[in-house]
Amino acid sequence: MAALRSTSARILGASSRPATLRLAAAPAARGFAQLADGATESQKASGDPANMKTFQIYRWNPDTPTEKPRMQSYTLDLKKTGPMVLDALIRIKNELDPTLTFRRSCREGICGSCAMNINGTNTLACLCRIPAEDNAEMKIYPLPHTYVVKDLVPDLTLFYKQYKSIKPYLQRDTPSPDGKEYRQSKADRKKLDGLYECILCACCSTSCPSYWWNSEEYLGPAILLQSYRWLADSRDERKAERKAALDNSMSLYRCHTILNCTRTCPKGLNPGLAIAEIKKEMAFSG
Amino acid sequence: MIAQRVGTTALRRVTKPNTFFTPHNLAKVALASQFSATQTRPVATQKLTVDDANSLLAKQRLQRPVSPHLDIYDKMQTWYGASAWHRITGCGLSGALYLFGAAYLVAPLTGWHLESASLAAAFGSLPLAVKGGVKFLLAWPFVFHSINGVRHLAYDLGVGFQKRTIVKQGWYIWGASVIGGLYLAFFM
Repeated sequence: MAALRSTSARILGASSRPATLRLAAAPAARGFAQLADGATESQKASGDPANMKTFQIYRWNPDTPTEKPRMQSYTLDLKKTGPMVLDALIRIKNELDPTLTFRRSCREGICGSCAMNINGTNTLACLCRIPAEDNAEMKIYPLPHTYVVKDLVPDLTLFYKQYKSIKPYLQRDTPSPDGKEYRQSKADRKKLDGLYECILCACCSTSCPSYWWNSEEYLGPAILLQSYRWLADSRDERKAERKAALDNSMSLYRCHTILNCTRTCPKGLNPGLAIAEIKKEMAFSG
Repeated sequence: MIAQRVGTTALRRVTKPNTFFTPHNLAKVALASQFSATQTRPVATQKLTVDDANSLLAKQRLQRPVSPHLDIYDKMQTWYGASAWHRITGCGLSGALYLFGAAYLVAPLTGWHLESASLAAAFGSLPLAVKGGVKFLLAWPFVFHSINGVRHLAYDLGVGFQKRTIVKQGWYIWGASVIGGLYLAFFM
């Protein structure tokens, strides 16, 4: 536990913005679940009116492939539901409809399984609060422009193949001077902040219209962020090869800085900036 | 961590009153112990060979629908996003230029009067609202494309990628381009 805490403190400390600003802005940018939450408090007080919320969820069953995908409505009492969309989905599956299918694992935004399109933007269901202030319906779709395996489960085979294609591992021929580990200066290590945190949830790639139309050849923001993660690593020795692999009209340059990727990233990373840095590096350093 | 958890579980077991082996449970325990300990499920699964599994997967993949995209994604980012309109205004302006250029080229053959003097005279006879409207239709794309073009140049230098900046600039560009377009249309 202690190790985890110090890691998160390091990430916070490493941010370019002043710490005070960041702390003040954090709750507004993305709410996190808290123990003393209003929902759990009011749940204990009996006699409160129910706070009903309707969820419209995309359904498609591979066992009946001729049936068109449809939207199915489920209504839940928010007073008895956890604060996040994933809580609602799990409750629907447990209590209303066990056939509803979605991926989930860690429920704390570190595995990337529950990536889906919620109210028009891609995000992780476990990090997305159910807006309690109004009773507007919530619409939940699978990640956009992906092949649907079932209900909210997209087929990410191509995404993972593209990830594999960029050789996402340290490539190096020179042994380290002391035969132990490959050392890195603090400044060089800092270059990887904001890159190594990516959990490959595919939210950004599937938010990108350019990736929608060209996913066979364009790598997409998530994979390009990973490409930059290895280009920026001072220990890697195959930078020229990595750049050569991107030096064509499709792999990298289908990015038109639409920046849906940066706006949607549930981890607060910046794939748009990473791609811009790759383009800059390719242009200026030949 | 695991050692800790084992410790606490053991502690809980000790402190919790043992309800399992109470006399009224004994009959149930005796009944349960007669059956095997393995869990049974009402749904059985069949073992498939690798080839069968692959052909099933291939068949399923052919039938998978593509999830909705342009219709359901946040309209502020796709439909009204500056990127889409940068392309639209760019295509519109250059298309208009090509059309006029081609028409000007063939004008002597077809007898059209597209010289500046006759165009200005024809345009001058139109009512003010129509004049302004036509000018705005050309001025707005020009201003939008210019401002957003500068923004894209900044992007190429790696500037302006904060999430807030992106959202705010999107609004500013729409506002500034409409104001600039109106200025060019009615005050120039």
